[in-house]
Amino acid sequence: MTMPGDDAVRPVEEERGLAPVLPLVPRDRRGGSPAGSEDAGTRRDARSGSFAGFLEFCERRLDGDYQVDDFGYDDELTGNVLIPLMRLWYEYWFRIELRGLSNVPDTGRALLVSNHSGVLPFDALMLQVALRDHHRAARRLRTLAADLVFETPVLSHLARKAGYTLAASEDAERLLGRGELVGVFPEGYKGLGKPFSERYRLQRFGRGGYVSTAVRTRSPIIPCAIVGAEEIYPKIADLKALARLLKLPYFPVTPGFPLFGPVGLLPLPTRWIIEFGAPVGTDRHEPEAADDPGVVFEVGDEVREIVQRTLDRLVVERGDPF
Amino acid sequence: MARVVLVTGVSRQVGGRVAEALQADPGIDRIIGVDSAAPDRPLGRTEFVKAELHDGSVGAVVRDSGADTVLHLSLVATPSAVGGRAKMKENNVLGTMQLLAACQSSSTVRRLVVRSTAAVYGSSSRDPALYTEDLEARDAPRSGYAKDAVELERYVRGLARRRPDLSIAVLRFANLMGPSVETPLTRYFGLRLVPTVMGYDPRMQFIHEDDGVEVIRRMALAERDGVFNVAAPGAMPLSQCLRRAGRPEMPVPERGLKMLGSLARRGRLDYSPEQLRLLCYGRVLDSSKLERALDWSPAYTSQEAFDAYVAERGTAHGARSGRARRNRPPRRV
Repeated sequence: MTMPGDDAVRPVEEERGLAPVLPLVPRDRRGGSPAGSEDAGTRRDARSGSFAGFLEFCERRLDGDYQVDDFGYDDELTGNVLIPLMRLWYEYWFRIELRGLSNVPDTGRALLVSNHSGVLPFDALMLQVALRDHHRAARRLRTLAADLVFETPVLSHLARKAGYTLAASEDAERLLGRGELVGVFPEGYKGLGKPFSERYRLQRFGRGGYVSTAVRTRSPIIPCAIVGAEEIYPKIADLKALARLLKLPYFPVTPGFPLFGPVGLLPLPTRWIIEFGAPVGTDRHEPEAADDPGVVFEVGDEVREIVQRTLDRLVVERGDPF
Repeated sequence: MARVVLVTGVSRQVGGRVAEALQADPGIDRIIGVDSAAPDRPLGRTEFVKAELHDGSVGAVVRDSGADTVLHLSLVATPSAVGGRAKMKENNVLGTMQLLAACQSSSTVRRLVVRSTAAVYGSSSRDPALYTEDLEARDAPRSGYAKDAVELERYVRGLARRRPDLSIAVLRFANLMGPSVETPLTRYFGLRLVPTVMGYDPRMQFIHEDDGVEVIRRMALAERDGVFNVAAPGAMPLSQCLRRAGRPEMPVPERGLKMLGSLARRGRLDYSPEQLRLLCYGRVLDSSKLERALDWSPAYTSQEAFDAYVAERGTAHGARSGRARRNRPPRRV
């Protein structure tokens, strides 16, 4: 019966060590609200069963004793704070079903290409949770995001810490070169902000820059279809003038927003299915073919076709969105 | 082969230390140090010549010394270092023009190494995560030190066109960091309460002063042409820097910081608009080209360089700092 006693003592010691540190660095600058961090703590707590471990984590964070890569990706913060927050949405709100997870390789580079929708990019966040929590190699996803994200205060550094980076071919190639799993949403704003009436109809896949990147780095392309995100904010109108004024790509009107204010910001609790398709190999082309528009369009159309077909099938299989 | 090396900016830290490092090399016959002010430490066998770069007297020094290698290290980052922005520009831009003109007309100079700065890339949210040498600045610097450096590089390119036989290396330095170096950034981290831009947590990257000196020394002797990023591996968010230094931060809205900046400019801090942008968006370099060219890599990572700074000076000012790290062995990461 000495073990519980030991456990009871340790947190107190840790707390004593921590106490003088706390006032020096405001906690809310850390990238999650204090409430959020505590939330993460209780989760971690529940998992490891050690409050001392959580305190140690906090102390390390406050001392700056952690590693961040040159893209700004903070694996520890992502795993312990950001993912647990997103996991709540994943498990309880959207109740996501995964299919074809074995199509995502355990190691090495791959480019995950997915449809994009939902006004706010919940689909990107959920994809990240899916791969981290449910893939057998707990793969971290490095997603390419729009430049608006990196111009926005708070969001810019949170996104970097969570593993997002600018949707530029330089960044994508560098990450793939390091053997990372890179996520891309080639539809961009056109997909994210499309009206509700066009749900599950893929928009143009950009200019196919992602295909060039995949061919040049010889990375397999994994088509991914996400069903459910298209209904979380049914966009019925777009206040274009207001959007221009606020320098946003669109200003959505949904049944709840802006009519009910912040409450209208709550996404609808739709049921999601995420399916990963079989990888489309790019090694049948020489890396030099990356600049050949013919190859880029051919591969691009193939991937887009797979995603569209999968979406059509999944929507029918899912039935009722809720 | 007997060599004669001419070092500008020898009275300043980096120049002085490079001269010192070169002295140990028996292959180098003479080292001539040029600066407008007398050095505050003994230079050993380095011969000191007091000359202003911008008034043309440096031409005579280059000619008379018969230097074969010129290390141009006198780029000044802050107006207060030389007494005003006008003097700074005179030194940085006109001084460089004069020196390059002297190199162009010299029959002995074979090798030129120019210290520039990564500030030429500017700092923008729309740039890729890592800057490579061939990347055009999306948001080109418009004032101050960074603009001086852009102009300096332009003159160097002009010289390279006119004298293709010269071997020229331009080194774009990340922020120097370490136990003794003095830069606007080290003074910034030395503040009791460090103002940061609210809502931003930029990625910072450093190069340890020892590594910086070593890069210049190796570059002086190597025959590598082109532009090279000089930076330590890795990066740290500003928030992490402040936590490691035990400094409390004071988030200030961007507008407020601009005002604070103009106030601080009168004091001992220099806050240029470029510095403010750096505090918003950060800047990280890809230095793999340098590592390949020299077949060498920095001894310190960015974090280790910053820790070296903190270990020496981080606790000197604030009594409160360093408490968190007390009784803890330094952790090598």
